[in-house]
Amino acid sequence: MKKIDFILAGVGGQGTILASNILTEVGLELGYDVKKAEVLGMAQRGGTVESHVRWGEKVYSPLVEEGEVDFLVGFEMLEAGRWSLYLKKDSTVIVNRYRIPPPAVNLGKAVYPKEEEIESMLKTIAEQVFWVDAMKIAQDLGNPAVAGVILLGVLSSRVGGSSDAWLKVVERLVPAKFQELNRKAFLAGQEAAST
Amino acid sequence: MKKMMTGNEAIAYGAYLNGVRVGAAYPGTPSTEIMESFATYPGVFSEWAPNEKVALDVGIGAAYAGTRALVAMKHVGVNVAADSLFYAVYTGLKGGLVIVTADDPNMHSSQNEQDNRNYAKFAKIPMLEPSDGEEAKQFVGLALKMSEKFDTPVMLRSVTRLSHSSTPVEISTDEPPPPAEPPLYERNIRKYVMVPANARLRHPIIEARLKELAEYAESLPINRIEPGDDTLGIVAAGAAYQYAREVFPKATFLKLGMVYPLPEKMIREFAAKVKTVLVVEELDPFFEEQIRLMGIEVRGKDIFPTIGELSPSLIRECVAKAGLPVDSPAQSEVAATDASASIELPIRPPMLCPGCGHRGLFHVLREANVVVLGDIGCYTLGAAPPLSALHTCGCMGASIGVAHGVSRAGIKDRFVAVIGDSTFFHAGIHPLINTLYNNSAVTTIITDNRVTAMTGHQQHPGTGITLQEQETEAIDLEQLARGIGFKKVDVCDPYDMEKLSEILEDHLASEQPSVIVAARPCVLYTREKSTPPRVDPEECTDCGACLELGCSPLMQEEDHVSIDPLLCNGCGLCMQVCPVGAITRD
Repeated sequence: MKKIDFILAGVGGQGTILASNILTEVGLELGYDVKKAEVLGMAQRGGTVESHVRWGEKVYSPLVEEGEVDFLVGFEMLEAGRWSLYLKKDSTVIVNRYRIPPPAVNLGKAVYPKEEEIESMLKTIAEQVFWVDAMKIAQDLGNPAVAGVILLGVLSSRVGGSSDAWLKVVERLVPAKFQELNRKAFLAGQEAAST
Repeated sequence: MKKMMTGNEAIAYGAYLNGVRVGAAYPGTPSTEIMESFATYPGVFSEWAPNEKVALDVGIGAAYAGTRALVAMKHVGVNVAADSLFYAVYTGLKGGLVIVTADDPNMHSSQNEQDNRNYAKFAKIPMLEPSDGEEAKQFVGLALKMSEKFDTPVMLRSVTRLSHSSTPVEISTDEPPPPAEPPLYERNIRKYVMVPANARLRHPIIEARLKELAEYAESLPINRIEPGDDTLGIVAAGAAYQYAREVFPKATFLKLGMVYPLPEKMIREFAAKVKTVLVVEELDPFFEEQIRLMGIEVRGKDIFPTIGELSPSLIRECVAKAGLPVDSPAQSEVAATDASASIELPIRPPMLCPGCGHRGLFHVLREANVVVLGDIGCYTLGAAPPLSALHTCGCMGASIGVAHGVSRAGIKDRFVAVIGDSTFFHAGIHPLINTLYNNSAVTTIITDNRVTAMTGHQQHPGTGITLQEQETEAIDLEQLARGIGFKKVDVCDPYDMEKLSEILEDHLASEQPSVIVAARPCVLYTREKSTPPRVDPEECTDCGACLELGCSPLMQEEDHVSIDPLLCNGCGLCMQVCPVGAITRD
């Protein structure tokens, strides 16, 4: 059983926590030892949210090592860029093409890097970088809150294996009245990954 | 069956399984979810106490009465509860008592990163430290048994990376033991009344108990030697053990589950087996110094920092630098370092939420150009730019006492104390009494958002609801201040900045101690939202006045400001500060 390290990075309120909970349970469902570490103390106040999720035969540290992440999912472009030190050549990066400017940018005291700059930095390190318009897909589905589950759909395609375990966990962890919407969102993510 | 649980959930589960019936805590990251989770189990009583000292006294009382009890707090909460901690070690107790300290190396959400293992030595209390959820669950049970066997409270240490990490935990099919018949209270004045004559009799018992505990630690299965290659012998506990295991899969380990007192014979036996003894521990050289005092040659803080958290990456880097054998870091790190340095990524600090009432208050305070002696809570973010309107923050409840000291020192500036509602109930009442008793012209502003917001919306004595969702008396801040004897008390909605400003000027001009309650419920908690206003790009002069509120939906466009309606809460503060009326609501 090969180890798989994930980092999910975003901004408070983007659904990063739910997505990492789903990813953790999927790992357990697939028979891995699993650990997850999160920093979310300030998340509700527009700060950065980071989740490390690790699958493996036996996982010790809940934290992913620098230069060791297999899958980086950036729920926001700038936050994807922040984890570049954790990437290696064969990492897969999935970036939501979505921009939430930090306060310093709004005040004109800092510059939000251009999309091309973030892309080129990520590509210098990791060969596989995928951009997804998850916010747009989510809005088309009628609820921007499902962007995270769309990104999980994309991720599941890249991780490989059957999507049944993923869908089962998604349906278990989202509120009953949003099950169908999240199922659609997950499948839309898988579809986006294949195009 | 296994279930994913955070370390905090596992601690609560372990307490439930082992018959803990009474739990008390004050919220504090990273400990908060312990009591939140414990409160959900059947047949238990669980409460938010106003502060950690009260919580600990509650736990001690329950344990005196023969019931198993759990008390949880963040590392700095132990400072608040320390007085009670020290007497409980002297008196001992009847039922088991576990005191959880959740430390925060790296200060993810704290004012310092004190290493609370030092409390174990200081208070002469045994301490256990689990390294994952399964251990956390089991160690609570062991701690309760130890507590009863040795007649002492037992501390259980967690760190952020245990409390907030999820790991698989075995779910038990056994039911927790049923509650015993209420016993008669055991009246034992010699043991429980710590007047000097009695306390002098207790101290030798504490010293002897520590020796017995150290002996007990020698055969305790949670302290164990994990055999491996003899080049490196690593001593570690808790989260640091997991990091070290990751980096040194083949080394010999001394895994310590009980971090105080230490098993000296086991340590000697371990040291004799390996060429180099290396202690991997976060923060203070707690093990290292004790092992060195045993006369054993040991390495540790000559290699690892005493600041911040460890991680597998950092351990690898430090050990490689020291020339000790370790697998080299991942191959691509050099390329990553170069590429990462190629662009500058603006930081994303936490900030007041859109719709937060504190924003109105801090805008008014900045306009009034007052020195703000602050406190701990969401409103500490009033110190962040662009508001930059809070000038001190040290610990819970410090604001009012500091303001009184500033007042007595005498300064030219005008000043106020600002403290949140939950923080006020925690540690603000005594210093408020002091401003009246010692008569200083301090204006205390209580930012009343009707919840303990920063830690994730916990109830408190002012909300009228308990942790276990029972309705109760809501303590009214205005009545409390009047009851103490304050003559000058006003309540104002901080959304109404003009009125708040008037009240503030009136209080600042007054010579008497006074209180302003700035009352506006936390919008994140009430989930209330009004229609977002819009900026008319033609009318907007791009003066930046609204941006000075530091509200994230307000965005700088090419030549005007716009409002992101998805992020906006519709509080309307920006409409109040716009000098040309360019921001309006339909």
